[in-house]
Amino acid sequence: MERSLTLIALFAALIAALGLIPKLTLAFGVPITAQSLGIMLCGTVLGAKRGGLAAMLFVALVLIGLPLLAGGRGGLGVLASPSMGFFIGFPIAAFATGFVMEQMGRFPVAWAAGIAACVGGILTLYLFGIMGMMMMLQKGPVEALLLVSAFIPGDMIKAVLAGLITAALARARPASVLSRV
Amino acid sequence: MISLTSPVETHAHGWSAGAKIGALCAATLVLFGVGHVVWQAVFLGGMLVLYALPGRQFFTVGLARLRGLWPFIAIILLWHVVTRDLTEGILITLRMLTAVGLANLVTITTRLTDMMGVVRWLCTPLRAIGVKSDRIELAMALVIRFTPVLIDKGAMLAMAWRARAARRVGWRIVTPFAVLAIDDAEHVAEALRARGGL
Repeated sequence: MERSLTLIALFAALIAALGLIPKLTLAFGVPITAQSLGIMLCGTVLGAKRGGLAAMLFVALVLIGLPLLAGGRGGLGVLASPSMGFFIGFPIAAFATGFVMEQMGRFPVAWAAGIAACVGGILTLYLFGIMGMMMMLQKGPVEALLLVSAFIPGDMIKAVLAGLITAALARARPASVLSRV
Repeated sequence: MISLTSPVETHAHGWSAGAKIGALCAATLVLFGVGHVVWQAVFLGGMLVLYALPGRQFFTVGLARLRGLWPFIAIILLWHVVTRDLTEGILITLRMLTAVGLANLVTITTRLTDMMGVVRWLCTPLRAIGVKSDRIELAMALVIRFTPVLIDKGAMLAMAWRARAARRVGWRIVTPFAVLAIDDAEHVAEALRARGGL
């Protein structure tokens, strides 16, 4: 019980820290914010239930006024911004990532985590993101998809990284990768 | 951990957090219900007056928080110039600025402890079905305590990387970073158990 709670709390803190440390740079010089990578890792490492709870905890803390989103944003204003759908979708995306990860127990960790991160961290998250854009900007689904499409390649790279990082964590701390325990 | 609450003390700091959030919900519903650009301009004006009431410093610091919306505003206006429907673009922009501005206003005039009170109240139905809400509060406190700790550790990892490599800090530091978070979680869990557990 204690371990579940502290892992959920520390992964919520990890999502925040990944958004607030200076931007990471990929090999070909593209800077990325790693916050959505944190959401993917919650699912691939902690599994559906605990991963979803960690992301939910993060969302709750941002809403009550802590500046934990990338760029130091936070507070209730996040809910009124066009990217609101992505923010609301964080817990569901982490849950979906964890769920797919748990279903793929027979596959190697890196592949399972990469595919799970694609389904949860990209497909599910963008579904919510696009619905949020449609609502806030009163646009159709195609227009909303066009507006967010620039970020999809970056997130595909993050899904691959989530796979590699989860595989490394499964070697370094096998007992803590709860999606595989 | 620094919260977004304004250090400039306003009357609204003393009001009930629940009432402020309720009023915000009502205001947002009105904003999305009214589809006329003139009214949206009036609402934006009203929002600016609310920011101006506590004084100049509150006004400038408060509105600076809306800066993050500029990329969205640029894209929305450009989009509507292309689709030849600029009035609609202006309407959406005005509504977004007012809605985010009002929500930020609630955030910066409400202390973290008062917001935690709202969370506790929202957890009431969960308690009825057997969820122990004190665990949620403990988890929140742990995140607030450990985020700055992890940020410091992340900065140390980045520094260690720079000391050894000529290339810029890359994604490879995320793995040791996550290992540090996992180890901290295990240590805290052990400490909680040693003090009698949950």
